[in-house]
Amino acid sequence: MKKKAELIIKLDKRSLYLRSLVVECLFGGGRGHMGSAMSLIEILRVLYDNFLKYNPKKPNDKNRDRLILSKGHGCLALYALLADKNFFDKKVLRSASKFNSILGGHPEYGKVPGVEASTGALGHGPAIGVGMAISAKLNKLNYKTFTIVGDGEINEGSFWESSMIASKHKLKNFHIIVDYNKIQSYGKTKEILDLEPLRLKLESFGYKVSEVNGHNVNLLKKYFTKIKKNKDKPTALICHTIKGKGFPFAENNPYWHHKNSFTEKEVKEINKCLGKNNL
Amino acid sequence: MRQTCLNTIYELAKKNKKVIFIGSDLGPGVLDSFKKKYPDRFFMEGVAEQSIIGLAAGMAFENFRPYVNTIATFITRRCFEQVVVDLCVHNLPVTLIGNGGGLVYAPLGPTHQAIEDISIMRSIPNLTIISPSDAYEMKNLMLDSINLKGPLYVRIARGGEEIITQKFKSKIGKAIKLKKAKDYYFLTTGITNHIALKACKFLKKSKNIDCGVAHFSTIKPLDKTFLNNIIINSKKIITVEENVKAGGFGSSILEFSSELSSTRKKADIKIMGLKDKFLEKYGTQQELLDYSGLSFKDLSKNMKNFIKKK
Repeated sequence: MKKKAELIIKLDKRSLYLRSLVVECLFGGGRGHMGSAMSLIEILRVLYDNFLKYNPKKPNDKNRDRLILSKGHGCLALYALLADKNFFDKKVLRSASKFNSILGGHPEYGKVPGVEASTGALGHGPAIGVGMAISAKLNKLNYKTFTIVGDGEINEGSFWESSMIASKHKLKNFHIIVDYNKIQSYGKTKEILDLEPLRLKLESFGYKVSEVNGHNVNLLKKYFTKIKKNKDKPTALICHTIKGKGFPFAENNPYWHHKNSFTEKEVKEINKCLGKNNL
Repeated sequence: MRQTCLNTIYELAKKNKKVIFIGSDLGPGVLDSFKKKYPDRFFMEGVAEQSIIGLAAGMAFENFRPYVNTIATFITRRCFEQVVVDLCVHNLPVTLIGNGGGLVYAPLGPTHQAIEDISIMRSIPNLTIISPSDAYEMKNLMLDSINLKGPLYVRIARGGEEIITQKFKSKIGKAIKLKKAKDYYFLTTGITNHIALKACKFLKKSKNIDCGVAHFSTIKPLDKTFLNNIIINSKKIITVEENVKAGGFGSSILEFSSELSSTRKKADIKIMGLKDKFLEKYGTQQELLDYSGLSFKDLSKNMKNFIKKK
């Protein structure tokens, strides 16, 4: 898509607040996939604030929508949303990555209320999502299954296998979201393993494909409103995002994909970006 | 044995609406009756083992009971990570059925000869592993599979074996004494009990040695009470498996024995299994077993020498 300028979205108070929850995890545990979490925030925000059906008191309610964060390394963003929605206490965020914490560096089913599947090994979520979506049909339930994948993740052949299966079964209740921040672990996706033309590839695998600025809350809302009425086949949304969004020194910087320590200066800079005093 | 396995899944599906069959591009006509009667619960997907395991996991999360079937090497090697993460980390009740366990696909070469599937699968926490020896045992164990709460790997051996377990109602987790003896035992899994029984006959006839056969259709978890008894009450034990020795059935017996008190009287244990090499031969399963030193004569000779050894 589109010009780079369109990705420059000024983050509002809620987006900054959610980022501050991610930072709670990062500083609490002293480590984490910061860049990968920050590109996801608005996608998860819109889903949890406006679209997903869920009940934090009954995280296994059979009618809930299923959301699988297949790019499990982005889990700090998911933890932020789940804490914000009271699946667990926000105080837990500071325990992330610690010995007895329920919050690991990748999300685990059965430990973290609201997490649908343990992920972290890439390319697994889509197939599990397909299984859940087929089950909805068999059980005559109306829930939707959303699976969020990373761009590096879809280097995996299993993603494309699952896409073919979703397409074969005409799973209109199966929705893929690609967090296309264009930086994978080592560097630019264009250089490591170019996904382009991604839209055409996804279309040829049977998805109804849309593209959106993944930090634009209004456009995301529009998209998810539209797919409520999805009728015939699985959908894929390519979210153009910025790795490390909201932290200029980390944006598009593969060295911030994962951090295992923070200098005093970095802590200050992160807090400054969050406008800490205004929160 | 394979046909019995599949037919039993159909029987289970008749009684339990949650039973689902998933195949990975199997041969034409497989479970046609199931497909005809329950088309919604019959899935024949493509050559995509990784995704099929994930698919089964997704269904099991939603309280279905998927039975997944393809060739043993493909369902263990190709999708190992999916088996570990999607099924075993979540401890989901999905049954994996591997056709051609061991050397059944002898003429098809190393891509299809499942020489290490037991070792691969045994390394994964939460996974139960069974290796039945005849169609009768297969049926009993498959009927029992629906009671498991976690994942299961079923190793299918060759078809048309003589039925030798008819006196037992085999259950998952339970070993049986196919032939009782006092001091010397072959411990078997899968079809190696057939070979061991022949060896026992041969040893009796030619050397007047009484040997027994204790059969473990469940490789993991081991029937520990049974095993403990046999280790402390006999003198020499030879484990026999159609799998490489590294990490296989015999290894699990040695691991168990090593945990027993060192002051206690214990049987000496020796492992027989496939060598640490790709076979580089074709032919028949029997030819490859013979080539690998797993004929009844090899078993007899090993037992005889083992007994002699102080």
